Amino acid sequence: MTTFTRRRLLGLAALATATTLTLAACGGGDDDSSSGTSGTTVSDADVTAALQKGGNLTVWAWEPTLKQVVANFQKTYPNVKINLVNAGTGNDQYTALQNAFAAGSGIPDVAQIEYYALPQFALGKSITDLNQMGASSLKADFSPGPWASVQSGSGTFGLPMDSGPMAMFYNKDVFDKYKITVPTTWTEFLDAARKLHAADPKAYIANDTGDAGFVTSLIWQAGGKPYQVDGTNVTINLNDAGSQEFVKVWQALISEKLLAPISSWSDQWYQGLGNGSIATLNTGAWMPANFTSGAPAGSGKWRVAALPQWTAGGTASAENGGSSLAIPEKSSNKALAYGFLKYANDGDGVQTRVDNGAFPATVKQLDSAAFLNTEFKYFGGQKANEIFAASSKNVTPGWSYLPFQVYANSIFNDSVGKAYVSSTPLADGLKAWQDQSAAYGKEQGFTVK
Amino acid sequence: MADIAVPRRRSWTGWRFVGPFMAVFALVFLAPIVYSIYLSLFKNRLIGGNSFVGLDNYQQALTDPNFWSSVGRVSIFLVVQVPIMLFIALLVALAIDSGRLYGKSFFRISIFLPYAVPAVVATLMWGFIYGTQFGLVGNINDAFNITLPDPLSPSLILTSIGNIVTWEFVGYNMLIFYSALRTIPTTLYESAEIDGAGELRIIRSIKLPAIRGALVIATIFSIIGSFQLFNEPSILQNVAPNAITTYFTPNLYAYSLSFSGQQYNYSATVAIVMGVITMVIAYVVQLRGTKES
Amino acid sequence: MTTMVTAPERTGTHKSPLTPRKPRNRKSVVLTLVTGIALIYSLIPLVWLLINSTKTQDGLASSFGLWFDDGHFALWDNIRETLTYNDGIFVRWLGNTLFYVIVGAGGATFLAVLAGYGLAKFDFPGKKGVFAIVIGAVAVPGTALAVPTFLMFSKMGLTNTPWAVIIPSLITPFGLYLMWTFTEQAIPTEIIEAARVDGAGEFRIFFRLAVPLLAPGIVTVLLFSMVATWNNYFLPLIMLKDPDWYPLTVGLNAWNAQAQTAGGDVVFNLVITGSMLTILPLLAAFLLLQRYWQSGLAAGSVKE
Repeated sequence: MTTFTRRRLLGLAALATATTLTLAACGGGDDDSSSGTSGTTVSDADVTAALQKGGNLTVWAWEPTLKQVVANFQKTYPNVKINLVNAGTGNDQYTALQNAFAAGSGIPDVAQIEYYALPQFALGKSITDLNQMGASSLKADFSPGPWASVQSGSGTFGLPMDSGPMAMFYNKDVFDKYKITVPTTWTEFLDAARKLHAADPKAYIANDTGDAGFVTSLIWQAGGKPYQVDGTNVTINLNDAGSQEFVKVWQALISEKLLAPISSWSDQWYQGLGNGSIATLNTGAWMPANFTSGAPAGSGKWRVAALPQWTAGGTASAENGGSSLAIPEKSSNKALAYGFLKYANDGDGVQTRVDNGAFPATVKQLDSAAFLNTEFKYFGGQKANEIFAASSKNVTPGWSYLPFQVYANSIFNDSVGKAYVSSTPLADGLKAWQDQSAAYGKEQGFTVK
Repeated sequence: MADIAVPRRRSWTGWRFVGPFMAVFALVFLAPIVYSIYLSLFKNRLIGGNSFVGLDNYQQALTDPNFWSSVGRVSIFLVVQVPIMLFIALLVALAIDSGRLYGKSFFRISIFLPYAVPAVVATLMWGFIYGTQFGLVGNINDAFNITLPDPLSPSLILTSIGNIVTWEFVGYNMLIFYSALRTIPTTLYESAEIDGAGELRIIRSIKLPAIRGALVIATIFSIIGSFQLFNEPSILQNVAPNAITTYFTPNLYAYSLSFSGQQYNYSATVAIVMGVITMVIAYVVQLRGTKES
Repeated sequence: MTTMVTAPERTGTHKSPLTPRKPRNRKSVVLTLVTGIALIYSLIPLVWLLINSTKTQDGLASSFGLWFDDGHFALWDNIRETLTYNDGIFVRWLGNTLFYVIVGAGGATFLAVLAGYGLAKFDFPGKKGVFAIVIGAVAVPGTALAVPTFLMFSKMGLTNTPWAVIIPSLITPFGLYLMWTFTEQAIPTEIIEAARVDGAGEFRIFFRLAVPLLAPGIVTVLLFSMVATWNNYFLPLIMLKDPDWYPLTVGLNAWNAQAQTAGGDVVFNLVITGSMLTILPLLAAFLLLQRYWQSGLAAGSVKE
């Protein structure tokens, strides 16, 4: 659907809001922002001028390396004062953002938004289309996966900050001890899981209690396209070929109790990563920093390999996690905000962040020899970035998230979760998830097929 | 309760005492509720915006299986957990008040302390205690070579939550009963002892009647607390995401609707309906509690 | 009641000659042991907290939860690091929390005592409605009211200021009821009448006569509202965005959430040590306040 139509819909919404009530405009907050600013263009000269002139910017982000970026930025542009606020991680921050949008005050000038959540904000027109400022010309600077993730309709709604091309982290000590070969396909992965758990009932190939981001990433890698979005027309099909591939392997892992019932990010999880009872972790390339600080006991034991494949000999990969910086529509100084975005995500800030352990989304860093040759002590001196960089080039194209993925992910465990703790088949769980997501989409006025 | 006091004469003087409380109360409780009622009459969508829908949201709530399953769950919780918790609290309060414990102030403070533990620690701690891998349950399993049922499985999760709530609030309720017991004039006990009454007799005929008001209040607030169960399930959701659904309790449901789904209108509706249910039950308990005196 | 004044001297002797005023205070080992079960149940988590605050992040992951990490006793390091991490923000949070507690819990207790007294000892138009309104309002789940409250406060310009935390914590419906029943129980209406006959004003009667008699109840309400304000998490989380205004709970959660962030610094050891430090002031408050739990009338200076 074209922007025109969407804008018209939103215009109607704003009209309805204005005529029926005054207070309830606070209820959604996503509908009254389409006025005024559209069509404004900000040129590079404007941005440079804004940087020189200076001013105050409020940035909401939880990404730890930004602290140093902000410090350096303020040194370069002494007239700019940045107030970096950690307004919560992920969902907490989105809630805060939605509340601020609804209230119409306290809105930051820049906000960190994960890729999976970006379409929701883009659709609500609560964040700025950066193409007004010439963002489309930056396309070549970023690797294709993250760049695709910040596109919505015909607009670019954020600049990619980091990316999470997937890889398999594995505990080499455990693999060697039980003479297990590193799996290159998911079928081999399943065999390895069986072999390991039989040899040591306390060890598992991986932990998993049901994680929406992980499941969608694996379906993505398998070539599935369960979500098709065209404006307000949405198709959900969690039974396509890619999804079926995933179900086949994962159903076996669950039924045979080969997955440790430990939730990711818990303290027990870090414990398991450190003590060898969780033998692999398939996740995004941003993980090394967490390994180092959260599971120091595993240092030297872990290695990195390419993500196991759905077809033998393949090279397919997917993204898991990663986030962008976006500019809220109500920001009072967009030119300045955009100047900061370019500095942090496309300029000097990127190297600062890479030096502090972040994984970049920019081609320049991904291809640089210094980056590729970095040896990771935690991984026994392995040049892990080579694997991550290769993965980022092999991300299966054409993926998209739902414009209400935040909500869909929040109800994942209500439906699919049942498959992890009862005899409910995984396929049924996915079907229930699909139905509940579709029902929500219809509630919200989408046309869902 | 309202009529026990001997009224001097009906005048506005009382408002000078009650007024400040009610003024702040109106701002932080009544105004948001009125606003919620207003919100519950509308529907706001991502596409299509805001529209007046009358009582549609209420109709939806009354037939919403997720909502009613959450109400059923907290009702079971209420009927089982609240009596156990209040009974233990009463016993401990009477034991401490009897003056027959060694180290009574140590008891008093220690049993109250769980209430003071911040939620973020409770998460880590109960995650450890209930953990079947590296947690206490796992350790017991290893040590005795047995397999205890998983406290975080869907069938046991409500019991596990009940345990946490009991742990947290026994001391809280104990203090209410204890401080009520402390307001009983000692002269009453002394005269009872002249009559040769034993400890149990004193408990039955002096102590329990004297703290009836506190008992009724503790019961009412425990009922409200059960119906609003939120913290404990949301803490355990981190470690048992599949056993605790987003509609596990009415309050959790209202929270997910509002915070993950931006369905403020429906969330407000669920809250209002739940408020009415809770109020009716609390009111019945209050009437019964005061009638018997 | 007024006829029993001379009873104690006569009764004590036949049970325990050594403690004539408190004949009931014979200690019981059995009762202590039985109540001890509840004690252990309550204390296990605290023991967990204490033990684990002596461990490093590495030790937390590699040693058994209810015992010490062999050879590593990092308590002092943890405390030092907690107090200095992120430029000592913990100390700032501690100060904020103290401020919220003093103003919030102090104010809440004052309002509750005042209103409870008014409800118990006066008859006034609308009195019956007060109970229904307060119970009814409290019955509505608070999490659903968070967004409306946020929007209201935002319109009033209160969000992201300490007032957004303090004003809502000024209300403790539970404290109101507790004070209401306590006042009915602990203050005979006759003595108020007597004071009125002597010509004392209503507020003078309240402060001079009622407040001392209500001490056990006031302390209980104060303690509850202190703990509630101290542990207040949800509201500050929504209302505050500036970490400089965070209370300890929100701050510690932010530290905890670092473990769930890509590239985050995992500091469970600081979260645990910080939480332990958080409990200490509450412990101190409890110890300071507990001497007020004496029987109201008997301990008071009132002549019966």
